[in-house]
Amino acid sequence: MQFKTATSPHQTHTSSVSSVMYKVLLALIPGTIAMIVFFGWGVLVNILLACVVALTSEALMLWVRKRPIKPYLMDGSALLTACLLALALPQLAPWWLTTVGTAFAIIVAKHLYGGLGFNPFNPAMVGYVVVLISFPREMTQWVPPLLEDYTLLTFSETLRVIFTGELPLNYTWDAVTMATPLDTIKTQLGLELSVGEIENHKQYGSMFGEIGGFGWEWVNGLFLATGLLLAIKGIIDWRIPAGLIITLLLLSNTFALYDYASYTPPTFHLFSGGIMLGAFFIATDPVTAATSSKGRWLFGAGIGAFIFIIRTWGGYPDGIAFAILLMNMAVPLLDYYTMPRAYGHRWTEFPHHHKEQDDEI
Amino acid sequence: MTVKHRTHHLWHFHGGLKLEGHKAMSTAEPVVKAILPKRLVVPLQQHIGDIASPVVNVGDKVLKGQIIAENNSYVSAPVHAPSSGTVTDIDNFPTPHPSGISSLCMVIETDGEDRWAEREALTDPRQLSPVELRQKVRRAGIVGLGGATFPTSVKLNPGPDSAIETLIINGVECEPYISCDDMLMREQAKALILGCELIQYMVSAHHCLIAIEDNKPEAIHQVRQEIEARSLHNIEVVVVPTVYPSGGEKQLIKILTHKEVPSDGLPSDIGILVQNVGTAVAVHNAIYLGEPLISRYVTITGEGVQQPRNLEVLIGTQMSELIEQSGGYHENAAKLIMGGPMMGFTLSTDHLPITKGCNCLLVENTPEQTPETMPCIRCGACATVCPAQLLPQQLYWHASSKNFEQVQDYHLFDCIECGCCSYVCPSQIPLVQYYRFAKTEIWNQERERIKSDHARVRHDFRQARLDREKKEREEKLRKKKEMLEKKKQAEAKAAAEGKSDAVDPKKAAIEAAMKRVQEKKAAQQKPPSDSAEKPSGDSE
Repeated sequence: MQFKTATSPHQTHTSSVSSVMYKVLLALIPGTIAMIVFFGWGVLVNILLACVVALTSEALMLWVRKRPIKPYLMDGSALLTACLLALALPQLAPWWLTTVGTAFAIIVAKHLYGGLGFNPFNPAMVGYVVVLISFPREMTQWVPPLLEDYTLLTFSETLRVIFTGELPLNYTWDAVTMATPLDTIKTQLGLELSVGEIENHKQYGSMFGEIGGFGWEWVNGLFLATGLLLAIKGIIDWRIPAGLIITLLLLSNTFALYDYASYTPPTFHLFSGGIMLGAFFIATDPVTAATSSKGRWLFGAGIGAFIFIIRTWGGYPDGIAFAILLMNMAVPLLDYYTMPRAYGHRWTEFPHHHKEQDDEI
Repeated sequence: MTVKHRTHHLWHFHGGLKLEGHKAMSTAEPVVKAILPKRLVVPLQQHIGDIASPVVNVGDKVLKGQIIAENNSYVSAPVHAPSSGTVTDIDNFPTPHPSGISSLCMVIETDGEDRWAEREALTDPRQLSPVELRQKVRRAGIVGLGGATFPTSVKLNPGPDSAIETLIINGVECEPYISCDDMLMREQAKALILGCELIQYMVSAHHCLIAIEDNKPEAIHQVRQEIEARSLHNIEVVVVPTVYPSGGEKQLIKILTHKEVPSDGLPSDIGILVQNVGTAVAVHNAIYLGEPLISRYVTITGEGVQQPRNLEVLIGTQMSELIEQSGGYHENAAKLIMGGPMMGFTLSTDHLPITKGCNCLLVENTPEQTPETMPCIRCGACATVCPAQLLPQQLYWHASSKNFEQVQDYHLFDCIECGCCSYVCPSQIPLVQYYRFAKTEIWNQERERIKSDHARVRHDFRQARLDREKKEREEKLRKKKEMLEKKKQAEAKAAAEGKSDAVDPKKAAIEAAMKRVQEKKAAQQKPPSDSAEKPSGDSE
């Protein structure tokens, strides 16, 4: 009897890249629903639009690069990029802004660097930063979260705003959009108000919830819960969010203790903006993160530190995207200097041991 | 009665996998002897080291256990006739090897009598010195039966600088499906313990740890009972958790002792010797029974075999016969593997002989559709499970781009090819294949380098010789020239000096002669006057 030959191992696990991607996508759902509840249909419209653009760009680039289209299109990575970017954009961002960001993420940040597995920078964050820098005004079209003096737009009204830029009659932009809590804090701290005064301000106070921004705390809480689930299941690496959150907590706590009037409390840092989304879903993108255990701790910690620095002293209210891109740059260095000590080797041999050996030869 | 066992402290090695065992399917029935085959094909190279050379000829009658091929060097092992019969052929035949290579084999047509050659059984081996016992182990052709097939007698002689503190007997058998060591421990616990004692005596190890995975309760029970029955205090069964690859030598040492074998060293460097349970039993058989290594337990298993089981098989038995005795193939049988599913290698045919290192024949059915290979997403799952604590995705990156220097910086040669990384890879990248490729390439380059170094040295030598000869010739020529020159000079000088020296005497002679002539002339003219004068002068 003749048999097929193959190299060992002859058993493999059934996991696949696409199953990882789809599990992460699944874990985004609860937080996304909370966002839709608090911030309206714009969230959903953005996601759907970004997904269509991402899949189209992906297919186009695969075709141009002469790669097999079906397996790569179905691997879920383009969809995940689209969802992460869409969740980071303002809910009433015009359609062309979402399109430009998503297309840039897929075409330039992903495929021009070699496609899945080869891109050094997180595509979603590259796309986000591109539109943030290019269209700063449109990037402020955030919807207030379910507050009494504001009305949420209906689905068809939302569609019209996003695709035509026309507001329904009797509405002004000021009535449907407002600054985010992070933005407000930044501006008002700049105007010499204390944190306490801002939180109890008659105009801005309502946007602050129990621990973070109103609405935002629920969104972050749900992303935290599903993110933890992913980490427990081993689908994402827990060290990156752990490093990020611990660092942000330590830094914000230290500064808040030092001067609670000028520095926001740690809970506010953690439960406002996209911290949990960034920590568990964006920073954990394995392609652009460090690979060694220690490297991942440092990678997460670096992002946490940069977020704090940008939020506190930088020019933008939130700095997740910049922090992640900055740490993406440091990945090769982190990987090289955090190489684990291989079995049977001494620490002193790392990472330059080979040079001595070469000399001996 | 419950017996309390000393609990040995255990450590962890990095990574590893929890795999489904699939062992129960082949352990239901006790081990029976495989049917004596009509024809045995015995490879003369079944071990690491030099091939043994035949000492019998075609047509010779051989007895069971008779040496048919001798080892010529230290790292080698003799080969014995597994049964009595007639040697009918000595030629190259296909042997079970990843490359499917043919090598020299001896074919024995068995006579069915299975008649033993003379056996020298010892009742009290301790009367012999360790050196003498080691010699017996060597003569018995024993090699490591865990699969590495390194000559045991060499391993039992670690050298004067490395004293063995701990003897570890490896009964872990961590690969799924394989159960021959499990069955051996269940059925031959006494021989195992006696074998352990012998090895301990030979290397003068203080204590002996028999490591068994906790998925083999029956074997643990049997071996423990044997130790208790003999009330031994320096042999201990250590139950280790079932994690693949605990049975790897380095990993097992880490689990039991927390020590690590240096990357460029051997276990004996840290005072440890590891032997497989099968090897220990073989040592017992060789010393106490005088029986060389001519058979072994083989697991025939997998979903592709009708009745999975363990058989005691004579070396040289055809695999096809063993499959037949296990009920034949399942209709979907697609892959024949020698060894386990993680580290074994596939065979293209079952018309191959069983060798000393063959512990398992695994037949797999047609696999379900496996997902396509995708690019590496750097998820690091491979690094998490790597028992050598390497960064497999970096190794892959550099190996696939043929960056052979970088790949060695990431310790390619510490990779034990256990397959954990390939197993967990979500992109289904055949990682181990890349590492094997890189290793082979580096070895080839090294060989090339050594070859070219040799050539360069030879060339340099030749050049030096030519230069030297040229110089010598030139020197000679120069000397000759110099001599000539000197001679010439000397002659010239001599010639110059000869005008006053060599020419003078002639002139002098001529002058003298002329003087004499003149004097004579003068004398001839003078005498008359002279005489006239004289007489006149005298007369006056």
